[in-house]
Amino acid sequence: MNQIYNDPIGHWVVVTVAITLLLFVVLTATAYTVWFERVALGRIQRRPGPNRVGPFGLMQLAADGIKLAFKESFVPAETDKLLFVIAPAIAVAAAFLSWAVIPIGLWYNVQYWIADVNIGILLIFAFSSLNVYAIVIGGYASNNKYSLLGGLRSAAQLISYEMALGLSLVPTFMIVGSLRLRDIVEYTVHWGWYNGPIPLILLTPIGFVIYLMAAVAETNRAPFDLPEAEQELIGGFLTEYSGLKFVMYYLAEYVNMITVSALAALLFFGGWYLWVIPPVLAFFIKIVLFLFLYIWLRGTFPRLRYDMLMRLGWKLLLPLAIANVIVTGVILVATQG
Amino acid sequence: MVADEETGTQSEHPTPLRGPREGVPAKPEGERPGVVADVAALAGGLKTTLSEFFRPVVTTMYPEDKTTRSERYRGRHYLRRYDNGLERCIGCELCAAACPVGCILVIAAENSDENRVSPGERYAKTYEINMLRCIFCGYCEDACPVQAIVLGPEYELSDISREKFIYTKEKLLEPLPPDVQARLQASAPHPRPLPDGERENKTK
Repeated sequence: MNQIYNDPIGHWVVVTVAITLLLFVVLTATAYTVWFERVALGRIQRRPGPNRVGPFGLMQLAADGIKLAFKESFVPAETDKLLFVIAPAIAVAAAFLSWAVIPIGLWYNVQYWIADVNIGILLIFAFSSLNVYAIVIGGYASNNKYSLLGGLRSAAQLISYEMALGLSLVPTFMIVGSLRLRDIVEYTVHWGWYNGPIPLILLTPIGFVIYLMAAVAETNRAPFDLPEAEQELIGGFLTEYSGLKFVMYYLAEYVNMITVSALAALLFFGGWYLWVIPPVLAFFIKIVLFLFLYIWLRGTFPRLRYDMLMRLGWKLLLPLAIANVIVTGVILVATQG
Repeated sequence: MVADEETGTQSEHPTPLRGPREGVPAKPEGERPGVVADVAALAGGLKTTLSEFFRPVVTTMYPEDKTTRSERYRGRHYLRRYDNGLERCIGCELCAAACPVGCILVIAAENSDENRVSPGERYAKTYEINMLRCIFCGYCEDACPVQAIVLGPEYELSDISREKFIYTKEKLLEPLPPDVQARLQASAPHPRPLPDGERENKTK
């Protein structure tokens, strides 16, 4: 199956099919992530969550989508019309682009990917950083002080956490010796009698903790959802957005959530490998567990104050990430010569 | 006015300006919890929410399930009849007088031997309640000397036009739900905690 990628025509066929499938799968997954979040949050608060539209409320997102799609496409006066429309599009594009380099194991020796680039993880960082442009531009174009504040917060938050996020993964690259996501998933160790795959979290546990925190901040999710902060900023950069433009931001947020969950599974938990469980199911289970973690965090912790967020990013996560890199390097040199 | 301690002058502002840490109670020395305690606190929060996640949902699924109401719940009104079929209402308009929002309209007419509607001299020829105005205080029920009007248990009164909220005599004379009827007969009038003596006067 994987040889088909080497055939010039077969490659294009596979990629076209893969892109179509991916759009469908990720969009559907996003819809059900929203459902999952609403139900899980409800259960944390001992509510049932959406349960009216369809069995178990599973069609809720269809109903919401139709409602939002038929809303008036409203652009407030005195806004920068072009930027106002472009910003949500950037958000969606950036969110989906990451999936171009994320490989998925379909069966025991069949994998799927759109682009198997050797700097995959760097590309994902680049694309996920684009998301901040959507938020800053959207906040600026709205001509609304709350939106602008939300956009500025987002920029500051991104600077604070992007570095920790990147550095938290450096030990992983040092151990594996590759930035290609497939290589990281396929990483095997040869320790005496044990030859086989190992979840990288065992080798870089601190990197995982830093990644987890930085990823929550990176996707602007509670407790780091300062750009939105509905209690202080009405809705932050989202204040003036409604209808389909709002849907695009919303979609981007949830796609990003799935992306960082998938990355956590790929980078630290062996991707699609989980004992004898079929790979696609294993990958799915791991992503769902991370999504649940996200929702659990949102249901538990109050939003951090702005200075706390900065302090955590610059004074705790960043030094810790750098120390992690140095310690890993020392250990690697000591053990491998 | 707050006296400034250093200069001895009166500060114009009711609350004097303060430095960043001034007035903020200092944290006790040596009591700052360590990283371990902080992480334990976060874990405690996560544990609480996860245990709530697995506990049963407390929501009442309203249209399917309903919460039980008090026996003395004040819902829509009913006009009662005697066992022989005669209407209780004697058209005295005390309910209309007692009504704080004036939503009751009573027009009385004389009973005659050919047309006997109620046992007394007069009966209510027209009896209307504007349910849009009604605040369900139950004063009409308290005011009625013959316990003709009672507030029943129904509270789902929504409708599609304003006209339908003018409840006419025909609608109000609908038979009471059996359980309410039984309760009224068992303890006429309502078991309502009033000061001693007040109820006796009215039942006579």
